[in-house]
Amino acid sequence: MSATRATALPGPRGPLSEQVMGALRRDPARLTPTRPPGATEEDAALTLWVLHELSYRGFGDVSPEAEWEPSVLALRRHLQRDLEARLRSRWPGHEFSTETFADDLMAFIEADDGPSVASYVHTQATVEQVLELLRWRSIYHLREADPSTWTLPRLTNAPKAALAELQYDEYGSGRPDRLHAHLFAQAMEALGLSTRHGDYLDECPLEVLEMNNVMTLFGLDGRLRGASMGHLAAFEVTSSVPSSRLVQGLTRLGMAPEIIEYYAEHVVADSVHDQIAVRLICAALAADEPDQAEDIFFGAFTCLDQEARFARAILGRWGVAA
Amino acid sequence: MTVATGDSLVCPGGPLLLRGCGTYTDEDGFEYPVDRPVVAVCRCGFSNRLPWCDSTHKRLPPDKRPD
Repeated sequence: MSATRATALPGPRGPLSEQVMGALRRDPARLTPTRPPGATEEDAALTLWVLHELSYRGFGDVSPEAEWEPSVLALRRHLQRDLEARLRSRWPGHEFSTETFADDLMAFIEADDGPSVASYVHTQATVEQVLELLRWRSIYHLREADPSTWTLPRLTNAPKAALAELQYDEYGSGRPDRLHAHLFAQAMEALGLSTRHGDYLDECPLEVLEMNNVMTLFGLDGRLRGASMGHLAAFEVTSSVPSSRLVQGLTRLGMAPEIIEYYAEHVVADSVHDQIAVRLICAALAADEPDQAEDIFFGAFTCLDQEARFARAILGRWGVAA
Repeated sequence: MTVATGDSLVCPGGPLLLRGCGTYTDEDGFEYPVDRPVVAVCRCGFSNRLPWCDSTHKRLPPDKRPD
């Protein structure tokens, strides 16, 4: 399996990403930390994805020195602030009580009625459509759980212990062959797809770039620890039921047992993780640091909002009304 | 219901979380191996993966969900 091979720099999508990737290949210290005129939202999102990637496993053709290069950090910060401002402008706010924080957060997430890709896959999608979905999802699933790990040292004791417990399960409980990202890579291989992270980035639209940028932004920036954990909670609470539908849809299509097993694992695992995330991480974080409570809801909303945008993008591409 | 070791947490409207169990024994005496640090035991009775929770409770009307 090629999951350990270094990610390759993706193709540029405009003047900004072209200039930045050129500088990263040659001399990151000479990067100009400005956004040229004509840089589209997609160009900026791809550039931020590339800069974020330097803090994970980097690229085979970029020096690891680039991660902490001041000019790289300055541009990354500029693009992150722009992204955060856009996310906050979409957040309508939500009333909650500190006494019933966990129940209020769970109810807020469960009330989500965004478009469902899983419902379409359950009854109607073709094998080709499912393979496209998996290629788009691979940008996250091949490094599943990593963005939330950034938040761990930023937390107080109770939410830290709970997040460590959740991540331990995501990372296979000490067994590399049970690591969720590895289960997904095995499934990709069984389906004849590449298991190298980022190999399908060039075909992924803005919505995929942005949903991945959001998770990394929330994780990397300790100031956003509440949003990071709220995002995690919303992701886990809205995973189990759709995973059941995907299991049934993929079984209907006769797809490889590895991918069916991947989603079956998430039906059970995320029925544990969602309770841990809401009750033992988010509620404990809000109790220890009340100024993070609002951002927990902001992060949860942002996760649901990003998933809805992803669903509209892929269902729209398939000609399905979302 | 038998809890061998570890902690438990009743989730309102949802499952029972059990931490640190080697096995789980249901009300009929059937023993199930536990292979994750925390498991969620179904309390609504409608799970398709009994004894474990599969989040079916989320699709139930409020009065059908466990207290």
